Amino acid sequence: MSLVTVSHLTKKFSTHTAVDDLSFSVEEGDVYGFLGQNGAGKSTTIRMLLTLITPTTGHIELFGLDLRKERNKILRQVGAVIEKPDLYKYLSAYENLSLFARMSGLKISKKELQDQLEMVGLAGREKDRVKTFSQGMKQRLGIAVALIHDPRLIILDEPTNGLDPQGIADMRNLILHLSRHLRKTIIVSSHMLHEIEQISTRMLIIDQGKKMVEGNVESLMDPAKTRVEVQTNDPGAAAHLLESSEWFPFLQKITGDGLIFQLPKEKIPALNRAMVQLQINVLSIQAKTSLEAYFLSLTRSKQHVAPYTD
Amino acid sequence: MWPLIQIELLKIFRKPRTYISFGAIAIMVIIIQIALKFDGKSYIEFIVGSLQDSLDIPYTNILNGYFVCFIILNLLLIHIPLLIALVAGDSIAGEANMGTLRLIASKPVSRTGLLLAKFVAAVIYTALLLIWLAFISLLLSILIFGTNDILVARNDALEIIRSSDVMWRYLLAFAYATLALTTVAALAFLLSVFAENSIGPIVSTISIVIVFTILSEMQIPLYDRTVKPFLFTSHMLAWKGFFYCKIDAGGTAIPGTIENIRAIGKSGLILFVYIIGFVSTAIFVFNKKDILS
Repeated sequence: MSLVTVSHLTKKFSTHTAVDDLSFSVEEGDVYGFLGQNGAGKSTTIRMLLTLITPTTGHIELFGLDLRKERNKILRQVGAVIEKPDLYKYLSAYENLSLFARMSGLKISKKELQDQLEMVGLAGREKDRVKTFSQGMKQRLGIAVALIHDPRLIILDEPTNGLDPQGIADMRNLILHLSRHLRKTIIVSSHMLHEIEQISTRMLIIDQGKKMVEGNVESLMDPAKTRVEVQTNDPGAAAHLLESSEWFPFLQKITGDGLIFQLPKEKIPALNRAMVQLQINVLSIQAKTSLEAYFLSLTRSKQHVAPYTD
Repeated sequence: MWPLIQIELLKIFRKPRTYISFGAIAIMVIIIQIALKFDGKSYIEFIVGSLQDSLDIPYTNILNGYFVCFIILNLLLIHIPLLIALVAGDSIAGEANMGTLRLIASKPVSRTGLLLAKFVAAVIYTALLLIWLAFISLLLSILIFGTNDILVARNDALEIIRSSDVMWRYLLAFAYATLALTTVAALAFLLSVFAENSIGPIVSTISIVIVFTILSEMQIPLYDRTVKPFLFTSHMLAWKGFFYCKIDAGGTAIPGTIENIRAIGKSGLILFVYIIGFVSTAIFVFNKKDILS
């Protein structure tokens, strides 16, 4: 069953089109990765799902209901953290959580509030004012606020922004816990491709407000297009030496400290041997059989190498 | 609706800046009370002007709690709008600045309901500020100066209201002042919808009140009929009308009367229309607004 159905959604800000004829659907139980570079239109789309922004055209249905007509009924079943988890800094964690629970129309006991804070690792800090919290703690409190009314759909917009590596790992585990144990449907937007790759079951890539691709993560990963980053001390000369070889068509880009190829993973040893034979000083080879290679190949950051000139 | 209002009141009264207004009023009132306690005679001489040569002025009786409160209200009710703007101007813009506006606007509460709850909370804050002002300017003055008949200066005449005829006038005056200051709160509230930090609406509200007050006070015939009757600031001081009694043939104030109740009613109605206009516009704009903060 589709929990979210977005049809031909467009949002224009005067002359700028932030979201352009976007359609997608999220199935119940999905961890739906919403990918795109900064400014791609992810946050605008998410804000339209939460009625913070009015679409210029298009239609949104959540839980089979029209968002324009059944706004409050729908939002009772949605929890969200939108960009930074900004909360009332002069109130305590407990007061913030209690306040937002009441805004969701719930009468929640003290114990339930305490349990929720405990689940996100804030037990013992409930009486402290939010202004004393680290970014990671604020993020966890934001998650608690999003979950307090036990929503069917959770929307997380850039949830790892500003977090340290431990915070990012905690967030990833929390998302997996919500999905696998609590059976929540989650939309998670990010430009952190590696994170999305690890947690998503389905994903959508958008660029300049337009849908580039939507589907299962596994099916979108193409092992024939492994991104191979070769670090060398003189990238220009290395590219020149490769010009007449069979490897030149695989060369995608010359960077400041190396070359980037796109080729099947099994060809990497042969590429390595060829470069050694051409007396190219290879400092390192890194293969990225990940979403990142795919993402970069789809979005505007794709930069084909210009014909080499001396 | 009530839970939303409770939430808004919690936000207002947990914010330290809220108490600046209460503190400022207390300080100003106490400064005036001290000044009048030690040099009230000079102030009364200034009020009665040349009449002191022809009348035997009972300075000790005149300087009583009712009279001191009347002076305080005259001096302060012009400035309190600035304190009201501090909270009302922050109500939406402050949330946008903190980043909490997107969170509350994505909750299952209509934007109209949210805005009305915020406005009602701002009105409650305004009323509490006025109650606080009444408490320290009236009750504290009565404790310090005692009670007696009140002397009210009207243009070039003096009117004496019996002490037994005063308290109900103060109740109505404070109620009217609440309406007048609610108009300022509604203006600050409207401006707050357009901004993403609270400085803009607070400064804009103060600026508008100052400009309108200057226009209201200017003695230019062109403006008297064309502009002044429509400025809300021209009607904010109509509370004084509750202290203007009908005068009998002998020139004595008639107890229990108000000289021109219709004029006060008309001013109150104009302020009410302003409040409805400001709040309705705020709701309309907020419902159409894309929340990008």
